[in-house]
Amino acid sequence: MSNEHAHAPAHDDDEHNPHLAHHFDTMGQQTASAKLGMWLFLATEILMFSGLFLAYFILRMFYPEMVLEAHEHLSKWAGGINTVVLLTSSYTMALGVRSIQLGDVKKLRLMLVLTILCGCIFMVVKYFEYSAKFQHGMLPGKYYTAHLHGYEIDGLPHIFFGVYFMMTGLHGIHVAIGLAIMLWMFVRAGRGEFGAKNYVAIENTGLYWHLVDLIWIFLFPLLYLVK
Amino acid sequence: MSSAVQSHDPHPAVEPSYLVSKRGLMSWLVTVDHKRLGLMYLASVMFFFLIAGILAIILRTELFTPDQDFMSAQTYNQVFTLHGAIMVFLFIIPSVPAALGNFLLPLMLGAKDVAFPRLNLLSFYVYSAGAVFLIAAILTSGLDTGWTFYTPYSTSTGTAVITATTGVFIAGFSSILTGLNFVVTVHKMRAPGMNWNRMPLFVWAIYSTAVIQVLATPVLAITLLLLIIERSLGIGIFDPAMGGDPVLFQHFFWFYSHPAVYIMILPGFGIISELVTVHSRKHIFGYKAIALSSVAIAVISFVVWGHHLFVSGQSELAGVLFSFLTFAVGVPTAIKTFSWVATLYKGSIQYNTACWYGMAFLWTFTVGGLTGLPLSTLAIDVHLHDTYFVVAHFHYVMVGGTVVAFIGGLHHWWPKMTGKMFNETAGKIGCLLVFIGFNVTFMTQFFLGHQGMPRRYYAYLPEYQVMHQVSTIGSYILAVGLLWTLIYLVHSLFKGEKAPSNPWGAVSLEWQTQSPPIEHNFHETPHIHGSPYDFPEIDKSGAGGHH
Repeated sequence: MSNEHAHAPAHDDDEHNPHLAHHFDTMGQQTASAKLGMWLFLATEILMFSGLFLAYFILRMFYPEMVLEAHEHLSKWAGGINTVVLLTSSYTMALGVRSIQLGDVKKLRLMLVLTILCGCIFMVVKYFEYSAKFQHGMLPGKYYTAHLHGYEIDGLPHIFFGVYFMMTGLHGIHVAIGLAIMLWMFVRAGRGEFGAKNYVAIENTGLYWHLVDLIWIFLFPLLYLVK
Repeated sequence: MSSAVQSHDPHPAVEPSYLVSKRGLMSWLVTVDHKRLGLMYLASVMFFFLIAGILAIILRTELFTPDQDFMSAQTYNQVFTLHGAIMVFLFIIPSVPAALGNFLLPLMLGAKDVAFPRLNLLSFYVYSAGAVFLIAAILTSGLDTGWTFYTPYSTSTGTAVITATTGVFIAGFSSILTGLNFVVTVHKMRAPGMNWNRMPLFVWAIYSTAVIQVLATPVLAITLLLLIIERSLGIGIFDPAMGGDPVLFQHFFWFYSHPAVYIMILPGFGIISELVTVHSRKHIFGYKAIALSSVAIAVISFVVWGHHLFVSGQSELAGVLFSFLTFAVGVPTAIKTFSWVATLYKGSIQYNTACWYGMAFLWTFTVGGLTGLPLSTLAIDVHLHDTYFVVAHFHYVMVGGTVVAFIGGLHHWWPKMTGKMFNETAGKIGCLLVFIGFNVTFMTQFFLGHQGMPRRYYAYLPEYQVMHQVSTIGSYILAVGLLWTLIYLVHSLFKGEKAPSNPWGAVSLEWQTQSPPIEHNFHETPHIHGSPYDFPEIDKSGAGGHH
């Protein structure tokens, strides 16, 4: 169909939907493309993190006793609380997606606020955890000085804390990006950009947030609950 | 050129072409048109091809005599590193997919654009940002690790490793975004009737490439990130002095970089599939076999990385397995090569420039492919590892394969992209120079390597001198051929004849719109009823050309 048709008065729903980009023929095609793109993006995220997981497993294989001893210095409580907080946020995010599918913009915005709140709690807890590690000199690689602060860990704990900060740091960056995206979605929802027939951006935000949550679900036991 | 199927433009130009539909510099800088982005990529990759090519000529000139001529060992290290890094990350990887792929993919599918046009623009600027970092590395303290950044040298050398790897890290995201865009485009943007069995083979090749780009490049990203952190914080994951494992870096690196070899060559296969069939006026032999062998290569490419580590201290069992799996790549690759030759058999071959490049590819790539077999044989590789034999092998695949296919594709689609015809005689002279220069340069290096000349040395024993000189002279011929090609192609932009919409008489969709195409590609959404290779001559002849 030529470009002029898109501007002509038509009775097809899709034809005058302002959300339909010029190069798609139907909203269905546009939505399906956005979703497939998002799933592929999530695959790249998983592969990127898989490199860090591999590094972790190699470390644990090389130095099992050191990992066991070093992990005792991570706060199980902080990690546990953050796990609960993130799981809750995934729930509120899912409720948000459900709300907009039913066309309830107000409830979507409420759910976004709750999800953002949970994300912020996560970051605050992480901040206190990181500060404690900094104070105790439990820093990555050549900056590791815990022995000067009275903490003796046998072996090469600087690698463990290197991997710890890499994994949780990269995850933390993803949480921060997620918060920014949800804030943006909150603003867009306020402008009335979403509705029961146009919610793929919210759905994709949700998918991203669930992935961030999912990665934490693996990080928590691997780093905090070593046996 | 002989009997074109449609000598007259089916749609007389009523709309301006994409080149002139909008005017002004800004209309290019913020364009989301896949065709304009394709041209912008083309200009960028050509620029880096020129830079890295000049570096190669400098290297070959230093090697003209056995002793040091005008470069110190340190400078030589920097020059070969930059030659490799720029060629791989800024030229070959984006060359066919980002330049030709961007231009052709939506046209071949009958779509108005790729699935995410703005993402496409973003990925161009991400690529540019990566390039800026790599250039910054050159301008500051250079880079002397080789393009592979092996630890522990890369964590201890004083050169700009962090700047350079940041550049590659960023350029990698451009590759991921382009790949993601292409996968979604192939799945969701096909015109009515364009089912998977009716897609041109170039699309199949670009699709397989895009899958590798999406799945492998994130691993490169995390590898480089770990390297950057290792170098800045010394976390001790790769550095043996701190308790790390340098071979782990090699595993990480090649898990991306071996599939990346297929990111480089698969699009070249796609171009050749188009060239041999269109210019021999015969239906492609073994359409499904060629299409699925692209996918098979993409899959196998993920499980062969260990052949780069045969002498790095991986276990013998791993070596045997990787050796076997590497041989397995030969099967789908041979399927392709035999199918191309079978396509040419009894075809009415048009001896034009694009077809010459196709033929050149069949020779050079086959040499490159076959010399991969001794290298994947464990016992032989131990002797040939890190010699000029390896250098010659991968140049036969990367230059003799990808670059030759890329230039051939450029000639094939030049009339469509620019709306101008180039001079065929000039084209054939260029092809001949490239072919001769290339073979003289690199065929010699197989013998050098076989006799024990190690790679990456700036000085060598006098007995290698004659062959080094032959190789250097060959590289000058190659350079002249490439510059000649550049000159007549640019000349055609200004003085070339106006191109008809379908100068080669091809059937695939990109030739069914005007040259150059209009901004939205087609006046009406095309409907597809058959194979992209059903040339009208086939139906008339009845004899020969079974498929």
